[in-house]
Amino acid sequence: MSSSTIDTATATAASTTADATGTPNVMEIRNLTKRFPVGGLFDKREVHALEDVSFTIPRGQVVALVGESGSGKSTTARVLARLIQPTSGQILYQGRDILKEEPRRASLHYRNEVQMVFQDPFGSLNPAHPVKYLLERPLKIHKTVHGSDAIQRRVEELLDTVGLRPGSEVKEKFPYELSGGQRQRVAFARALAVEPKVLLADEPVSMLDVSIRVGVLNLMERLKEDNGISFLYITHDIASARYIGDQTNVMYAGRMVESAESRELIDAPAHPYTKLLLSAVPNPHAGLRTDEHISRGEIPSLVNPPAGCPFAPRCPHVMPECREAMPGITHIGPRHWVRCYLHGKGDASIDGTSAAATAAD
Amino acid sequence: MASTTTTTTTTTPTSAAQPRPAEGAASSPRRSDHAAPLIRVQDLKVEYLSSRGPVRAVDGVSFQLKPGEVLGLAGESGSGKSTIAQAILRILQPPAVITGGSVLFGDQDVLSMSDEELLAFRWRDVSMVFQSAMNALNPVMTVGMQIADVIMAHEHVSRSQALARARELLEIVGIEANRIDSYPHQLSGGMRQRAVIAIALALRPPLMIMDEPTTALDVVVQKEILAQITELREQLGFSIIFITHDLSLLVEIADRIAIMYAGQIVELAPARELFTNPLHPYTQGLMSSFPALTGPRVKLTGIAGSPPDLRTPPSGCRFHPRCSKRMDICSQVVPQFAEVRPEHWVSCHLFPESTPPLANARRAAEGATR
Repeated sequence: MSSSTIDTATATAASTTADATGTPNVMEIRNLTKRFPVGGLFDKREVHALEDVSFTIPRGQVVALVGESGSGKSTTARVLARLIQPTSGQILYQGRDILKEEPRRASLHYRNEVQMVFQDPFGSLNPAHPVKYLLERPLKIHKTVHGSDAIQRRVEELLDTVGLRPGSEVKEKFPYELSGGQRQRVAFARALAVEPKVLLADEPVSMLDVSIRVGVLNLMERLKEDNGISFLYITHDIASARYIGDQTNVMYAGRMVESAESRELIDAPAHPYTKLLLSAVPNPHAGLRTDEHISRGEIPSLVNPPAGCPFAPRCPHVMPECREAMPGITHIGPRHWVRCYLHGKGDASIDGTSAAATAAD
Repeated sequence: MASTTTTTTTTTPTSAAQPRPAEGAASSPRRSDHAAPLIRVQDLKVEYLSSRGPVRAVDGVSFQLKPGEVLGLAGESGSGKSTIAQAILRILQPPAVITGGSVLFGDQDVLSMSDEELLAFRWRDVSMVFQSAMNALNPVMTVGMQIADVIMAHEHVSRSQALARARELLEIVGIEANRIDSYPHQLSGGMRQRAVIAIALALRPPLMIMDEPTTALDVVVQKEILAQITELREQLGFSIIFITHDLSLLVEIADRIAIMYAGQIVELAPARELFTNPLHPYTQGLMSSFPALTGPRVKLTGIAGSPPDLRTPPSGCRFHPRCSKRMDICSQVVPQFAEVRPEHWVSCHLFPESTPPLANARRAAEGATR
């Protein structure tokens, strides 16, 4: 089933340069940069949470974002949901430059079309209200359904969509009466209430018990197939990214370092960090390989980081130029690109580091 | 056998600042003893007393651990795996009480130890590595002092001697000795977890319990820590009870794996055997809950439903409401934990060894509904 979607995906091909109308991409993110100020009056420093992040979300696909904690995955989702304002960069939604058209805050329309599901279903559902209240709210705010009977019907329909049956019973329950998996399904139902085109799912299964994770992943797959929803799936579990992700993007220290069709990323990783990440995944087939080279260290501090590739301090293949400037995007396959000097200097026109830097203040 | 002991203890071994234990407490089995099991847990029962009736979090768990062995304890949240760890160290907090069974460490009965004996037993015989290093470490004390504190609490040594050993321990776990004066917030997540391991190693205990030691860490760091643990165990030869919800991790590090469900061990086997030939439907379900990194991309099914409320556990086999291979007997008769293949134990009616003889069936059914 998923193979067919991959075929259509390859047919549409990746083109970060594809333009406004007729684009296969529901979302296109260009040179997104987010810096958080830290420190005091005379000690102004910045956390470089996102640096020059560009990627696309093709219509009806699941794009996975993998990386360690602190790599900028969640910041990306929050910027796309317009919960935080980026320092610079562009978000093209259906070809519209959203940050330009709606600079201060997102319109109701945008919030309607781009919804978010959070990691912790214990924190994201208001414990004081029953499920039906939680699901009625978006319907009333966005005025998508009118009349209390119609609203109740819609609430039950939503619960049915996410596999919580019978809806007439479940809607009367409070969050504490539901298991973690059921709560996360309610969180999905709430996001679906306004019939979004894009769902930003930030680690939606990492707080859930292993035996119910697959159920939620399969739910996402079904929403993609049946409702044509496009997903940004954020995870630290690269195996689950392969399971439901059509395309997988790898982030490291606020940078996107590699992007490829999910299977290719795992079979033929190009960036040294992707290779490191893959070698660290527990693999029951192989046993613990303690003999191989293990790169010591963790993500560097993002406060005023030095120039160059952030992975350079840990990289086994580090070269002098790595410490001078971040390489641009080098395409090494139809839907596969990497930012690493091992594969080339990259395309400077796509690399917007300098533009981002000037826009910083 | 099941001498009913009720224990509540409020001291925790994380705050190592305990009074010195009485010298000459019963001698503990050190690594010299090879034949006998290091620790023997028999029919352990732990209940959480709640206003809505007791919750039996651990219900009749038995296992043994040989010296130098790594036993993996896997299960979902609420399956009782951490409760077992806390029962072995007797650090359960009040609403939780041990209501039955025995824990034998060598020839010592842990459940009948006095408070003084416990002070000597904890950390010297069995130490623990907790999940969240940030919470396990004291934020206002240098890591060096925290390690030295453990040593000084248990042994007659000067502060400078203790600090010298703290330095050695840091190097053993892969932290530069000059970090001895660092505070926890100055260390990265991986280094903090290494420091916690150093504290657990301080007295060279023959058994370490590790409760989700890498869950809060990123995969790359997790891999480093696991490699470090494996290396240390090869050097020092201690045993480990390794608790986690991540089965794929256990296959890499454990010699044997016990799978827990709703307070009971449902399957126990050597790691590779369990991975290649899981017998219990729950274990099989868990195995099909992990997307694989390699091989064909297949649709996974996971396990339908969710774990039961332990106040009212299902009759018969506790897994039967979620089981795809459910039979009539499953809801009526509690399956027995039986060795169905060499060293491979399982409690499931799919295996005749697990079904008690007919004469016992009625009694077992009554026992289940009790």
